Amino acid sequence: MKILVPVKRVVDYNVKVRVKSDGTGVDLDNVKMSMNPFDEIAVEEAVRLKEKGAATEVIAVSCGNTQCQETLRTALAIGADRAILVETNAELQPLAVAKLLKALVDREQPSLVILGKQAIDDDCNQTGQMLAALADMPQATFASEVQIAEHSAKVTREIDGGVETVVVRLPAVITTDLRLNEPRYVTLPNIMKAKKKKLEMITPEVLGVDVTPRIKTLKITEPKRRAAGVKIPDVCTLVTKLKNEAKVII
Amino acid sequence: MTALVIVEHDHGTLRAATLNAVTAAAQCGGEVHALIAGHNAAGAAQAAAQIQGVAKVLHADDPSLAEQLAENVASQVLEVAKYYSHILFPATAWGKNVAPRVAAKLDLAQISEITKVYAPDTFERPIYAGNAIATVRSDDPIKVITVRTTVFESASAHGGSAAVEVIAAVSDSRMSAFVGREIARSDRPELTTAKIVVAGGRAMGTHEKFNEVLAPLADKLGAALGASRAAVDAGYAPNDWQVGQTGKIVAPDLYIACGISGAIQHLAGVKDSKIIVAINADPEAPIFSIADYGLVGDLFTLVPDLVKSL
Repeated sequence: MKILVPVKRVVDYNVKVRVKSDGTGVDLDNVKMSMNPFDEIAVEEAVRLKEKGAATEVIAVSCGNTQCQETLRTALAIGADRAILVETNAELQPLAVAKLLKALVDREQPSLVILGKQAIDDDCNQTGQMLAALADMPQATFASEVQIAEHSAKVTREIDGGVETVVVRLPAVITTDLRLNEPRYVTLPNIMKAKKKKLEMITPEVLGVDVTPRIKTLKITEPKRRAAGVKIPDVCTLVTKLKNEAKVII
Repeated sequence: MTALVIVEHDHGTLRAATLNAVTAAAQCGGEVHALIAGHNAAGAAQAAAQIQGVAKVLHADDPSLAEQLAENVASQVLEVAKYYSHILFPATAWGKNVAPRVAAKLDLAQISEITKVYAPDTFERPIYAGNAIATVRSDDPIKVITVRTTVFESASAHGGSAAVEVIAAVSDSRMSAFVGREIARSDRPELTTAKIVVAGGRAMGTHEKFNEVLAPLADKLGAALGASRAAVDAGYAPNDWQVGQTGKIVAPDLYIACGISGAIQHLAGVKDSKIIVAINADPEAPIFSIADYGLVGDLFTLVPDLVKSL
């Protein structure tokens, strides 16, 4: 069983981005970039499935500029077998990425696609569901537990108020939530090994996919800042303030 | 121009988030219709018909829609999508699951988690955990949208008298099957709609302490309980209590953060709260940079004191 794992290169989760003063975007110069944390969980899950014998090959895929190769090398160091970069400098929106992934699904015929539920840059939470739709596959989003059987996957999903379990027929798309696993630290020997693994480059044109953005960003602005308030000396003062000043309790 | 709100419901009643989505739909400029895709869902359809501002309710009823599997609900939406200019879902776990499936099948982009409607084609949405705000325009013929429910007022649940039109239900996709659901029973208000939220972080130390210290405060205030990612990861609180960028976005009148240092991802989920109180031992904790009232000290004495003083 082949598993395809799409990964996205994003601003590291510890970085607080700054909006450019001309309103055209956020400042990405000299900002640390990393693999989207949810995608890292997806790679880890796929590699664990391979280690358990449930999968035979793990293929990492990224769509974006040439620097995405670094992100793919990280996936290879975690344990993916080979990687594919769909290289483009175009702005990629979720629908375009889903179409690129659909083209790769047609080519590679994986039994499972595992990817993060959301990228922490655009916060869209769309790509996995869109890929499932385009490939006419079932979907199991926000997974916190995955069990693979011969022709199906049993997935526990995080929903509002608790969890639910569904069984999806394979091939299927699974998107990861935070508690699915804790990704391993990549070791130096594995980083070295990853350098020797195959990384194929391809373009949207070769895949026959039009990636023209559908949504136009008119401007990017700073959010309204909350001013820091005051430190209160004791509990009684706090209660008085909440009652009389803020009027949020009676 | 007509907007269709895809209603989240439990077949008998509506989920509150629907009411916020109706308000956003009305701001898109046209008539508002609502779709109930469910099983034995006449109760939900009747409830939707009473929402102020809803002109028509479409009701599809079939066992295939009983468990709200994304494949089937999306197919049902696709049956009627072409009649609408806007299709809106609440940005809940349920809405986020279904909406992109609908959008992609129609070859449409989706606009996620809108926080403002500027024009029928122009919307505001937060990106980078709310550290930047994007104004975006979609030229697609149908706008598929998820609505951040905390920023739109609830439409009134009463006063409407829409006609309910029964439509044919789609057949089961047979791609997926429902196995089971575990919903925590609680007498407390729901996290995303509660007026007051009491949340705990890593400093709570254990699952037992989390409940022992915070539950009395939540009970006294009639508050919902929430948690930081660190507290959830450590097993002090269940997954669906997580507040933040990738968990629940909350905007209560009063948010009380206990032992939460305030990672940017957490702050993203609470900064629209009216009043934020932070109780933390570390006077330099980032949470104090957005808190209206800060109490520095040991939460294990301060929180019980607070309960006594209320």
